[in-house]
Amino acid sequence: MKFIFDNDTWQEIFGSIKKSKLRTAITVIGVLWGIFLFITLLGAARGMENGFDKEFSNLATNSIFLWAQRTSMPNKGFQRGRQLRLKIQDVEAIRRQIPDIEFVVPRDVQGVFGGPPAQIKRKTNTKTYKLFGDYPTLDNVNKVKLLDGRFINSSDINNERKICIIGEKIVDELFEKDEKPVGDFLEINGSFFQIVGTYKDNGTSFEGDDSVYIPFTTYRKINNTGDNIGWMVIAANKEADILEVEKNVKTLLKRRHGAHQDDERAFGSFNFGEMFAKITGFVKGIKFLTWFVGISTLIAGVIAIGSILLITVKERTKEIGIRRALGATPRDVKGQIVLESVFLTIIAGILGIIFGGFVLMIINATLAGGDGFPFVNPTVNIPIAIGAVLALVTFGTLIGLIPAQRAVSIRPIEALREE
Amino acid sequence: MIEIKKLHKSYPMGKDSLHVLKGLDLEIKEGEFVSIMGASGSGKSTLLNILGLLDTHDEGEYFLNGQKIEKLNEKKAAVLRNKFLGFVFQSFNLITYKTALENVAMPLYYKGLGRKERQEVALDYLDKVGLKDWANHLPSELSGGQKQRVAIARALVTQPKVVLADEPTGALDSVTSGSVMELLTKINNEGMTILVITHEEEIAAMTKRIVRLRDGVITSDVKPKKLQKA
Repeated sequence: MKFIFDNDTWQEIFGSIKKSKLRTAITVIGVLWGIFLFITLLGAARGMENGFDKEFSNLATNSIFLWAQRTSMPNKGFQRGRQLRLKIQDVEAIRRQIPDIEFVVPRDVQGVFGGPPAQIKRKTNTKTYKLFGDYPTLDNVNKVKLLDGRFINSSDINNERKICIIGEKIVDELFEKDEKPVGDFLEINGSFFQIVGTYKDNGTSFEGDDSVYIPFTTYRKINNTGDNIGWMVIAANKEADILEVEKNVKTLLKRRHGAHQDDERAFGSFNFGEMFAKITGFVKGIKFLTWFVGISTLIAGVIAIGSILLITVKERTKEIGIRRALGATPRDVKGQIVLESVFLTIIAGILGIIFGGFVLMIINATLAGGDGFPFVNPTVNIPIAIGAVLALVTFGTLIGLIPAQRAVSIRPIEALREE
Repeated sequence: MIEIKKLHKSYPMGKDSLHVLKGLDLEIKEGEFVSIMGASGSGKSTLLNILGLLDTHDEGEYFLNGQKIEKLNEKKAAVLRNKFLGFVFQSFNLITYKTALENVAMPLYYKGLGRKERQEVALDYLDKVGLKDWANHLPSELSGGQKQRVAIARALVTQPKVVLADEPTGALDSVTSGSVMELLTKINNEGMTILVITHEEEIAAMTKRIVRLRDGVITSDVKPKKLQKA
């Protein structure tokens, strides 16, 4: 061990490295490139994972959108092609009868699934926007990013209040810069609504930034929809099998609405949980690939160091022979070569980590500023970086042993033989 | 200092083996200046390699400084070489990317001396061979004769018991050869045992004892008259 900290050992190593500067540099670049790729890829994958996490943090990811369609099979005396309607009572029934349900949020909209959008008037300006009738629980499945004021509350629902929350774009289009929308009034489909909040797009909802939210009960009343609801968002517990939940919900609804159990088209749905699982799987796949490619590149780099040292040993056969004639023990010779290998790998490794970190910083600065999907905070854990360096030391030692063994297997007399 | 008895050495050559040394007996005492002469193939280089612990003998006995040499592993051989032997080679065998001083200091490194002490001792020996001013020059900046002087300094620096010189003048012109031999003579006069291998009569004539080898046997072992006179 003393040998590693001996100044003279390093003098010898620097001496032999200096002897072939260019080759050493190229070799070092090989390993540097390997660990650079490793760190950059790993950080990028991590950034992507963070990006997805952040992107979907607004969302109950284990959820389904569900709506009613026309039946495609005759049942109970009804002909096929009957238009089904989801009822407000279905919400309670689903919540009660299906296990693993976290929320069921009924929703209504004007101006998305056919039909004209709502007429919104302020002073002399009239424009058309999407109009949503919602419950406060919407916030639980798809977070509303409020800029000002508040969202719908249960009191609004109970009292069928004429209040609304409007998107950023509407504020821009109907208000002057110095006007404050909250507290002001808008005329929606002929009725006046007080604005209680403004929101901005959260990136994962189809409301965008040009919609108006009003309480579900108010919506029902002004549109005369009775017990009908547009569609619902069903969020299951995180651990629940979302496909199973979807099946159970549909079975229940078909029974309640007199549709045939085999009728696949009676209710339509979009299984967000399933999609999310695919995305998660994709990110996992990328991560695995990153590790695989990174480690392979690293090994390739270290092997390059080994082979370069092997060539160096061959070139230095005579020098090694001289050293041995002068009293270098096989251990001296071996130690020097192994240490040279380890030294080169560590230098390359550290430089690679620094460059990798630098590139990640650039990625972070250019792509991840603000809402920059898909890279958010691309980083590599310190333990992983340290682990990578330790792995390099190990590989460097192992690979260095090959040329070292070669060096001492040549007998000094053979090394010194006159050509 | 060196004593060999019935020394045999053969090299395998395919199915047969080449019998190079056929039972040599030789004794070299402390302070002697001996040359071993022979044509190429006479076995003189093999003998030097065995004496220099760079090769092993098959049969017979070899005593170096009273110590019987047998079953040496590489490590022990390296330590003994460092302790007892100094080498001078025909092609100098200096390390090209090290300065004259570093070359001379190298055996001391393997001996385990500190850096500063190494430099001091090495400089002393460079001074001794008249190259103190060339200490920081690379071998490529030195003439053949100067290189061999550096090599001699390197051989002497560990204060060995014996200096083994393999054709030390083989790569030098006659004038330079003469001065190298003078240097060796001077060192011998200071008490160092020196063994020179050569095929040149003039070189051998400058030593104090000539051993002739032919086909692996010693054919003569004489002390030149002019030296006996002296």
